[in-house]
Amino acid sequence: MSRFSDLGNALYSGERSINFVGRRKIWYSIASVVVLLAVVLPILQGGFKFGIEFRGGSEFRVSSVANQSQDIAKSAIKAVVPAEDPSITVIGTNDLRIQTNQLTATQSEAVRQQLATGYHINASAVSSSFIGASWGADVTSKALAGLLWFVLLAAILMAVYFRTIKMSAAAITALIHDLVVTAGIYGALGFEVTPAAVIGFLTILGYSLYDTVVVFDKIRENTFEVEHSATATFAERVNLAINQTLVRSINTSIVAVLPVAAILFIGAVFLGAGTLKDIALSLFIGIIVGTYSTIFIAAPIYSHLREGEPKYKSAAAKVLAAR
Amino acid sequence: MAKNNALRGARKRLTWLMILILGLAALIEGYHLAGRNASFTPQLALDLQGGTSIILQPNLVNGSKLQDGTLEQAVAIIRQRVDATGVSEAQITTQGTGDAAVIVVSIPGKPDDNTLKLIEASALLEFRPVLAESAATNTAVGGSGSASASPSPAPSSAPLATSSASPTNASDLNWIDKATQSKYDALSCRKTATSIVADFRNPGQVDDPSKPLVTCNRDGSVKFVLGPVELSGTDIADATAGTTSTSTGASTNEWAVNLSFKTEGAAKFGKITQRLYPLSSPRNQFAVTLDGYVITAPQTNAVITNGSAQITGGFTSTDSKALSNQLKYGSLPIGFTVQSQENISATLGSAQLANGLLAGAIGLLLVIIYSLFQYRGLAVITIGSLAIAAVITYLMICVLSWRQGFRLSLSGVAGLIVAIGITADSFIVYFERVRDEIREGKPLSAAVQAGWKRAWRTILVSDGVSLLAAVTLYVLTVGNVRGFAFTLGLTTVIDLAVVVLFTHPILEVVSTWKFFQSGGRFSGFDLKAASSGYIGRGHFKVAETVSDARLKKSSKESARRQTIAERKAAAVSGSDSNKEGGN
Repeated sequence: MSRFSDLGNALYSGERSINFVGRRKIWYSIASVVVLLAVVLPILQGGFKFGIEFRGGSEFRVSSVANQSQDIAKSAIKAVVPAEDPSITVIGTNDLRIQTNQLTATQSEAVRQQLATGYHINASAVSSSFIGASWGADVTSKALAGLLWFVLLAAILMAVYFRTIKMSAAAITALIHDLVVTAGIYGALGFEVTPAAVIGFLTILGYSLYDTVVVFDKIRENTFEVEHSATATFAERVNLAINQTLVRSINTSIVAVLPVAAILFIGAVFLGAGTLKDIALSLFIGIIVGTYSTIFIAAPIYSHLREGEPKYKSAAAKVLAAR
Repeated sequence: MAKNNALRGARKRLTWLMILILGLAALIEGYHLAGRNASFTPQLALDLQGGTSIILQPNLVNGSKLQDGTLEQAVAIIRQRVDATGVSEAQITTQGTGDAAVIVVSIPGKPDDNTLKLIEASALLEFRPVLAESAATNTAVGGSGSASASPSPAPSSAPLATSSASPTNASDLNWIDKATQSKYDALSCRKTATSIVADFRNPGQVDDPSKPLVTCNRDGSVKFVLGPVELSGTDIADATAGTTSTSTGASTNEWAVNLSFKTEGAAKFGKITQRLYPLSSPRNQFAVTLDGYVITAPQTNAVITNGSAQITGGFTSTDSKALSNQLKYGSLPIGFTVQSQENISATLGSAQLANGLLAGAIGLLLVIIYSLFQYRGLAVITIGSLAIAAVITYLMICVLSWRQGFRLSLSGVAGLIVAIGITADSFIVYFERVRDEIREGKPLSAAVQAGWKRAWRTILVSDGVSLLAAVTLYVLTVGNVRGFAFTLGLTTVIDLAVVVLFTHPILEVVSTWKFFQSGGRFSGFDLKAASSGYIGRGHFKVAETVSDARLKKSSKESARRQTIAERKAAAVSGSDSNKEGGN
């Protein structure tokens, strides 16, 4: 069997152990810096760039063209606004619809001329208009309400299952960290926020909690009646649980990240699949951050919150005195 | 004996899995053969397949202006109505500005009449008392003049009111002044050949709620004079579709829409029925109008104060579902006419879908390679489980796109690819738990059972969180988010089913095989030697890489960290490994 499996054995027995819980000050500091950067960097970038689905944009309609090649439209748009990635649809049999981010009046006029030249038609056959947001305020407000309810219900579910509200508190702190950091990296890279990216963030939300619950379930098992143990303190048992599930955490995150990475790198870079790029990026960052935060944030915070409880404190004092 | 029981249980569960898969396939095939639109290819969403773009123009009567926010409000209501018909991820936007603004609804596939009606109907529901009614004078030839649920009208067209005194309540016949009377006399509920709806109303006609209304029922067989509006759609708290039941509680085949009023509406409704109940026919009837047409005009048989009512009117099941959706989400703030309806192509070409699928396939291949490297022989089970999950997911998507209007979009495809990881985690958690049990010194079969018990708890609670996310978001959100929640919920349930019905029983079966029991290099369970690393045979193994001092320290630490169970297990596995040393 591979060395990795030996590592698994060693971590399980405690023969090798990484002190996740004890070094929490380091992890807290790293998290604070990262969160700060995640807030500051997108602001330096000029805030999040929202896509046409959120802000609305310009729409051009080219009527009765003989050649419906989308490439002509694409290069016409790029000639005026190089950074634009238009969405092009064939309407009916020979009309084209081209949607872009909102353009200025001058740009719109230039695009009309370019389209007319490109398709060899009269400029009067190209109409331009403004298009409203398809992801309107109603969708956003409903999504936010759904999100808040979900977090609340998940917190209650965890508190009931684990019989302590402190696990919910730790898990949700890690969750907020994940969302801020994922959104921050996304914004810092200057990617456009699209509905697909938002879907990606929501997936991260589910994944982050899922991952935390798996590790917390092992912590629950290990810390059961630890106050009667003569050999280990609460914090040590929490740390053991993280180490024992470390191989699983690594395996799961690799298996989850591989398909996403394939979409992101192979799909977007070499094959040019536009929509997949944004969802894959938010998932790629989110899965890694979600796994990381369970180990370095959620579990240490949980131990931090509980080890000060009188029963664990006195038990730990006895254990340490006996060493 | 226990082992045999476990095996029998395993076989039973595998049989159930076969029944599930074959059942789903048979369901689709059966309905496909029966000529329904069930099919083994799922329906694709707007971005992949294109669809129809419907432009709705607001009806502005007499040069009136559009108020700010009216269109946005209409978009929100239309979105909810469309969402209520299934998970189709329609796109609804406004286009243009000022009075030239229109709403563009893009939906996958070709909309039928019902869908169009659902989108454009204002669904303005009003309750008005009946003042007079008679058979329509000029019903078109060949029209289905029968099948009206309203009581047969008294054929009278004699002048109804002569007094010019002002009316005292909504049922007062004094509402019928000269103008109303002549309108009523002249009204013919003529129908056109193409529409079931009478065309005596102008498109976008707006009626004054405080004035009487002269109108017909939907099939044009009866005409009415109605009093002013006493109750409207805004007084409705909820609307559901269902079949009516007889006094004995047996369900009939007649479709109806059940309404429950808000507190205020219930009080109003109670007062109306109280006033109408003692009146003579036809004035003891109240008419329910939808966008100006009478859909039903039942007699008041009792004073209703509990705030619920049922509307019948020769509905089909589709009619009543559409109507209940319209009523539930409210009427549109303004009427619309369909200006144009055009086919639109997919925004993402088939090339994009192919690229996405190729990337997904490569990702899947990487997962297979990684799990072979990690789990050796066990990888066969991982790959098998993923394959089974893929088959069930595909079949479920086919079933749901036929039953629920589910449409697969490119981000939906991405969501499914991502679900590979989350599904695989269940197997990983399970395998790691089994390995843990082996490390504790249990023989393979026992380790599988004990590991399953612990892993099952973890899988259940973690999938529970995912499912909670899916259900909450599905119930509370609209549009794309709802589509995502649907996919998430689907894959989570399938994950649970595959783990229980395939992964666990298969592992139970193979754990009786020599190949896996031997814990050979390629079995994925080659752990025993290593597990005793800190006690017996593994000693020299560790010494190869770790200095003596470090070893002493770490073995002391490990002893300190052991749980009672671990120590017992260590003692057992220590003796085990001694025995094995002879092999």
